[in-house]
Amino acid sequence: MGLQKSEIMLVAAALAIGLLSFVIPDWLAFTTTLAIASALVVLGVVMLMRAGLVSFGQGLYYCIGGYAVGMGGRFLGVTDALLLIGMGVVVTVALAMVLGLLLTRYREIFFAMLTLAFSMILYGILVKSHNLGSTDGFGVGDWTLLWFDPEGGKGSRTVLWLATGVGLAVALFLNRYFGSSMGLACEAIRENEVRVEYMGMSRRQILYINYVIAAAIGSVGGSLTSLAAGHVDPTMAYWTISGEFVFIALLGGTGHVAASFIAAMIFIMVRTYAVELFPNSWQMILGIVLLMIILFLPKGIWSLFTRKRRVAS
Amino acid sequence: MTEILRTEGLSRYFGAVVAAEDINVTITEGEIVGVIGSNGAGKTTFINMVTGYLPPSAGTIAFDGSPIKGLGPRKLMRKGLSRSFQIPQLFLELSVLDNLSMALSASESRHLEMMRPVRTPERIAAADEILTQMGITQYREEMVTAMPQGARKLLDIAIAMLANPRMLLLDEPTSGVSTEEKHTLMDTVMEVVKRRGLTVLFVEHDMEIVQKYVTRVLAFASGVVIKDGPVEEVLADAKVQELVTGKRRGKNIETQEGGA
Ligand SMILES: Nc1ncnc2c1ncn2[C@@H]1O[C@H](COP(=O)(O)OP(=O)(O)OP(=O)(O)O)[C@@H](O)[C@H]1O
Ligand SMILES: [Mg+2]
Repeated sequence: MGLQKSEIMLVAAALAIGLLSFVIPDWLAFTTTLAIASALVVLGVVMLMRAGLVSFGQGLYYCIGGYAVGMGGRFLGVTDALLLIGMGVVVTVALAMVLGLLLTRYREIFFAMLTLAFSMILYGILVKSHNLGSTDGFGVGDWTLLWFDPEGGKGSRTVLWLATGVGLAVALFLNRYFGSSMGLACEAIRENEVRVEYMGMSRRQILYINYVIAAAIGSVGGSLTSLAAGHVDPTMAYWTISGEFVFIALLGGTGHVAASFIAAMIFIMVRTYAVELFPNSWQMILGIVLLMIILFLPKGIWSLFTRKRRVAS
Repeated sequence: MTEILRTEGLSRYFGAVVAAEDINVTITEGEIVGVIGSNGAGKTTFINMVTGYLPPSAGTIAFDGSPIKGLGPRKLMRKGLSRSFQIPQLFLELSVLDNLSMALSASESRHLEMMRPVRTPERIAAADEILTQMGITQYREEMVTAMPQGARKLLDIAIAMLANPRMLLLDEPTSGVSTEEKHTLMDTVMEVVKRRGLTVLFVEHDMEIVQKYVTRVLAFASGVVIKDGPVEEVLADAKVQELVTGKRRGKNIETQEGGA
């Protein structure tokens, strides 16, 4: 019944964001949108982590999702946000299905470096693409959401609602997924690959499916980010961005889907304030935060919740 | 009496090391076969080849009448060939119930579900049944890391059984278990084996155990089967006493390392 409780909690959180969106200031609506979008990419990183893999290249799909929105509007004249997101997912899935064939052969540092390499290839291509604005990127055109037209001062609210709805759908799916045979099989691979094969399961098939889903979710995160920010540029594929997703994943831990959302919000807030207060040493502050997490909360901030519950019961 | 496993000229070399050479063995359905041999005699290598973990250098293997050489563990599992390990191969950071639920889910279908909880009522019931049979119910919700060695061995064997195999290969089921516990463990295992009517081949260093549970013995030495026959006959053999049982009784038994 824990599952039921999680689902109710997720729906309640989404409703709360929906209601609060009417009273919170614009900057907070924007920050929340970015946090939800990042959390989706982070959830992809978490999916891989549960299988024992660390991706330093999830920015690849984040960037594809972002550019799909920008290019879909610019070159194809598509304006519907859901359609634009869908286009990103299609391109992402197609690419992930190819790269997954190779990547599922690798583990540990080799997997991490290969994912990083692929994202840097995309970065390199985009930097050289002058019709896509090179390093400056380009602006995302006006978009619509079904019958909504986000113009007229309400743009930041519409994208927050969209992100909340999509985020909820993904969270509900992954909450089920993590507790399913497939989700457990990923953890089983992390624990003992020999036994997985001797149970009659295909490690590669499991890792492949998991990888492709993680990529698709990352792409959605990128699309939402570009819809909110109204701009895309190649840094979306740069390795430091992928590193941030890993950072947030470690911050939240793999214990629960909600952890990624909370961690993403904390990360963006801390970064915002750290940059303002210590413009020259904010990276150091993030570094210290990460060090603390690894030392004191190796399973991420989610262990704060489970620890309390265990003490209480 | 139908034949279930047959190997012909089965050999495996690691460079210059002869791990197994020209092994010709035929096992009929329902047999309980013991495998003895000193450290490094090739017992694990033999099991690894039969279960598709290690490609043989030469020879053929047939299971249930059809050739299986070249098939991996996954395919062989589905044909009804299952195994346990000298060192238990478990999901250490998962609960015992999750270890068993995973095994059950995997044995049901090759396509894993994504939206249904892995712990279905049916799987929990089946897991509880085998936990009771094995006498390790008290660890149900524990992580494997919290289990003592003997219980891990039993869980490893339980997982092998959940695949509904026709033949079970057990690599030293009692290694790492105290002498007193060995008999209880084997009683437990053999009772389940009998109930399920499985064909079993198991590696064992303790001759008392061998005599107690098997009808036939394969004696390995330096990668070769030096004797194959009824227990009394094999244990009375001069060569077996010299190379296998004589010198090593009471020695080395608890110090097994390595193997798959
Ligand atoms: N992967 C490997 N690489 C190199 N040599 C190996 C390998 N596996 C086994 N051997 C060698 O093959 C021989 C047989 O090993 P095997 O593990 O089959 O012995 P065993 O009979 O199971 O011994 P034990 O009683 O110690 O488990 C040994 O000499 C061992 O060193
Ligand atoms: Mg061995």
